[in-house]
Amino acid sequence: MRTNDVILQTVSKIVFFIIILFSIHLFFAGHYNPGGGFIGGLLTSGAIVLLLLAYDIKTVAKGFPINYITLIGIGLLFAVGTSAGALLFNVPFLTHAYDYFYLPLLGKTSLHTAVLFDTGVYLVVIGVTMTIIQTIGESE
Amino acid sequence: MINLLILPILIPLFTAIVLIFMVKYVAAQRVLSVVSTLGTLTASIVLLMKVRADGVQSLNLSSWDAPFGITLVSDMLSILLVTTTSLITLCVIIYSARSIGVERERFYYYAVIQFLLVGVNGAFTTGDIFNLFVFFEVMLMSSYVLIVIGGTKIQLRESIKYILVNIISSAIFVIAVAYLYSIVGTLNMAHVSERIAEVGQPPILTVVAVLFLIVFGLKGAIFPMYSWLPGSYYAPPVPILALFGSLLTKVGVYSIMRTYSLFFYHDQAFTHDLLGILAIITIIAGCIGAIAYWDVKKIIIYNIIIAVGVLAFGVSLLTEESIRGTIFYIIHDMIIKAALFLMIGIMIKITGTSNLRQMGGLIKKYPLFGWSFLLTCFGLAGIPPLSGFPGKLMIVRAGLEEGAYVGALTVLLSSLFVLYSVIKIFMNGFWKAPKDYPGEDQQPVWFLWAPAAILVAVSVVYGVGAETMYPIISQATDALVNPTIYIDAVLKE
Repeated sequence: MRTNDVILQTVSKIVFFIIILFSIHLFFAGHYNPGGGFIGGLLTSGAIVLLLLAYDIKTVAKGFPINYITLIGIGLLFAVGTSAGALLFNVPFLTHAYDYFYLPLLGKTSLHTAVLFDTGVYLVVIGVTMTIIQTIGESE
Repeated sequence: MINLLILPILIPLFTAIVLIFMVKYVAAQRVLSVVSTLGTLTASIVLLMKVRADGVQSLNLSSWDAPFGITLVSDMLSILLVTTTSLITLCVIIYSARSIGVERERFYYYAVIQFLLVGVNGAFTTGDIFNLFVFFEVMLMSSYVLIVIGGTKIQLRESIKYILVNIISSAIFVIAVAYLYSIVGTLNMAHVSERIAEVGQPPILTVVAVLFLIVFGLKGAIFPMYSWLPGSYYAPPVPILALFGSLLTKVGVYSIMRTYSLFFYHDQAFTHDLLGILAIITIIAGCIGAIAYWDVKKIIIYNIIIAVGVLAFGVSLLTEESIRGTIFYIIHDMIIKAALFLMIGIMIKITGTSNLRQMGGLIKKYPLFGWSFLLTCFGLAGIPPLSGFPGKLMIVRAGLEEGAYVGALTVLLSSLFVLYSVIKIFMNGFWKAPKDYPGEDQQPVWFLWAPAAILVAVSVVYGVGAETMYPIISQATDALVNPTIYIDAVLKE
């Protein structure tokens, strides 16, 4: 007899969004407060793992049609690309730039290329974690 | 272009990432890896010429000044090793295209090779002790994948041992760096050297020196830390074995060279004598293994250990001549070991076995292959016009000058054992009565022979042109014997 997980599934749906929001908050907080790409990525994959627990791999794959190994590649491209961008300006590798911008709604904001590097870290962490979990989960 | 220094690391890194996306297209993967490794080789040769002209190059990553950021330093020694590494990797990739099998190639084989190249080139170039650890890990993670890729039973068994040993040694590495940091308060290698010179190496730093010796000895297979190597290296297929045998242990030796000439040169009576004794026992242990086996892979694997012993002995003397000999020998050994592994790989392909007793008569059908193998054997043993000779000669002469008679004699005698062990392969494999080997006609012998022949040719040129190489090697020696050259180039005082 199949057990009915309606409570788990309903709660997961709601909690998933809260965790995702918190992970994005942590990701953007990284420069001034504790947080950053690594913990943000880990928490995002935590949220997806919660869905994996409540549903099964196929359903979650339908919701997120992402090849996580490609995601690792994209993340690495972000990180290496941002660092190698310094080569175009003939400054040492990994040199970052920042400036202040006036954005609508947000007002005066400092934008830093290190965020792009962190995005790379974020994507790689999600990719690696999900690849590990899915590969173990799928193998018989 | 101030970023020239990073190119031998950046090009393979970028290639590895692109290769992740095109994992299904095997032919495209082969072309891209060959082209980009050619690019890496070109970049390192350009950098080599720049170092030759302008002296030690350094690059402060992220534009932070020297002791505070990560500095990449390319002195003559590192760039020579980087160039050699790129050349060997190029030949191994060409060799892999027809020998490793599509199954493995579809499983990120070329991407992982590029990551290995990133790790090795990075470890040779970095000027920061913790960054060295990180590049060690990049290299080791790639080697974990390479040792297990394909998933045969023996690979799974040996990879567990290999990973276990390396995780323990990496943990000791972190502990050693932590001790060092707590004493000198810096991680930049030039700055560490300066601070150690200020306090004159108290006993606690000698302890750290021995800890580093244990760490790098585990990576570089020095007695008694070598016991994992013969089994682990036996497991993976030949192209991977060629990469491991020629690159990985040499990174350990390079690290010993760097730390023992830049950091811990104040109390040589203890640390360097210890290294010397271990080196002699390493040579003896390697010789015993090399003559004991009738398996071609095992014989060459034990020859790695002998070479590591010889190199460690050269480092332990720390005179100008011994260092010059060691640098000569390390480059020779990387090239010749890669060539030798690729050659025995062809033998195994033809005969379908690695047991020497079941081979014979290969010279009848493959004369060119046979004689080039003999040339490689003579090069390995150090017969005069070939590349093994000048390095060993300088090491032995330095040993005799310093009164290290036992060590010098061991190095000399070891050449005899090396020659015996590889000539045994030649006489039993190539001479004797020809045998029938099922399926040998399908093997792409000449395609596989070509990259090995390139390496042999390079090693012959290196040996015959020793006179031309001499000033370049001397320049590498200067930065090692006088740490001030290195320190000034990094800290720019």
